[in-house]
Amino acid sequence: MFTTLSRIIKYGIVGFWRSGLISVATIVVMFLAIMVFQNLILFNVLAKSALDSIQNKIDISVYFNVDTSEDNILKIKNELEGLVEVKNIEYISKSKAFEIFQSRHKEEEIISQALEELGENPLAASLNIKAYNPSDYSAINSYINTAAFKNLIYKVSYAQNSLVIERLTKIMDTAKQFGAVLTFVLSLVAILITFNTIRLAIYSYRDEINIMKLVGASNAFIQGPYVVEGIIYGIIAATLGFFILLPLSYFASPYVEIFIPDMNLWTYVISNALTLFGYQAFFGIILGIISSSIAIRKYLKV
Amino acid sequence: MINFQGVSKNYKNNGHSSVALEDIDFSIEPKEFISLVGKSGAGKSTIVKLIIGEEKPTKGKIIVSSHDISKLNSSQMPHLRRHIGVIFQDFSLLNNKTAYENVAFALEAAGRPQIEIDEFVPQALEMVGLANKMNNFPKELSGGEKQRVAIARAMINHPDVLIADEPTGNLDPANTSEIIKLLLKINELGTVVILATHNKEIVDDLKKRVITLENGKIIRDEKNGKYILD
Ligand SMILES: Nc1ncnc2c1ncn2[C@@H]1O[C@H](COP(=O)(O)OP(=O)(O)OP(=O)(O)O)[C@@H](O)[C@H]1O
Ligand SMILES: [Mg+2]
Repeated sequence: MFTTLSRIIKYGIVGFWRSGLISVATIVVMFLAIMVFQNLILFNVLAKSALDSIQNKIDISVYFNVDTSEDNILKIKNELEGLVEVKNIEYISKSKAFEIFQSRHKEEEIISQALEELGENPLAASLNIKAYNPSDYSAINSYINTAAFKNLIYKVSYAQNSLVIERLTKIMDTAKQFGAVLTFVLSLVAILITFNTIRLAIYSYRDEINIMKLVGASNAFIQGPYVVEGIIYGIIAATLGFFILLPLSYFASPYVEIFIPDMNLWTYVISNALTLFGYQAFFGIILGIISSSIAIRKYLKV
Repeated sequence: MINFQGVSKNYKNNGHSSVALEDIDFSIEPKEFISLVGKSGAGKSTIVKLIIGEEKPTKGKIIVSSHDISKLNSSQMPHLRRHIGVIFQDFSLLNNKTAYENVAFALEAAGRPQIEIDEFVPQALEMVGLANKMNNFPKELSGGEKQRVAIARAMINHPDVLIADEPTGNLDPANTSEIIKLLLKINELGTVVILATHNKEIVDDLKKRVITLENGKIIRDEKNGKYILD
């Protein structure tokens, strides 16, 4: 058993060396397939972080009448936190609102002067509500509008933002669907092209396979080395793909950051290097094993 | 040992079929040496292919070492083939393996230990006079040299049956008589030898059983036969 296995591995490696051009061609195609696969992973990561960062910007602010007590507001906060749609609520007190306002306008002298002259804080306290899903905001909004504490409320921001929120929700859903379809189609194309290339390579060995059978080799003994070759292709292609990814993501990183400020591609790639390489190697190896196993089956019938 | 019972073989190629063998009956006993003769296209190689299961009979039954070979499954077939050494008419060497590896492959496929391979393979190649070309690939060998690699490979497993399909077709007279001597010696050691050939001189000198084929039929089957074709 061990002898057979070591012979299979030996023949796989020797066969890989001797196949020369066929090996190179197969690796190139597999490399391209892995690049597609890799870019799909990154595309999905980027799309997700882009969507997340948009999603994070969406919220509802509830502004309270100036004379509402902090106790009351915190009670309402507790009540709203009980809703299933609500992810978190930030309480912005009058003084906090004042600080934010000040720091936002510290460059504009007229405004800060005006504030000082006013002598008291004119800003309202508010609750800043984030939902799990952009589509949940309208439900939260209508809850607030029918609640018992409605008369304490000065204004809810949803009314002005609802159109934008709804539109964003639609765009994000479409983007997700588009991403899923794109991933599926491109993966399929990459898999089919690799499979076909390996099938052609094995087709060119059909006479050899026939001879091996007639000399008394078992199916496993014939198939094994081709599977080993497939694994080697997968490993080499994945390694190549990974080492291309490093400089690529390094140079692309600043551009990505322009579009998605929360995303540093380079840091992401480096901190997930092992996982990314693992995925690619796994994809390559599985592709190699499955393609060569399916392709060879036809010639093993003799 | 080998038994053909009412065997016919039609080859089907894109729609039209041609008859290669028609109602063949013969039986080969252990230790026999048989010459299979007949004109080109008479069906000699087809008989060889049927014995090793490369082709399936259209009709009839073939028994090899008391197995009905149409009933063997995909794991039993390799075992049977390891007991049958074949020198193929077209050599059928593995092109991406050296002479040494081609011969070693038969032993490796049979799962034999490495020590045996290291010992037997050089011996076998020496025996056919190719010790100095062990590491050549088939494309670097002459026709006769390839044929001798095929001979070494067929014998390396000490098969129960050795089938030689025109094994001397590319050899000079000296090499030819060497190979025939080798086949006779293997036969003396107890192996059944089936020799398919056009070579009248060889067959007549052997003075062994001769089966003569014509147009896919057996027209003569004689102990101590001669090569006779009209
Ligand atoms: N794969 C095939 N497909 C179709 N016809 C075939 C095939 N193999 C052989 N034949 C036909 O079967 C007949 C017998 O062929 P076979 O190879 O057995 O002859 P042979 O006696 O070995 O001839 P030779 O002495 O030339 O080697 C021939 O008419 C040949 O054309
Ligand atoms: Mg022939």
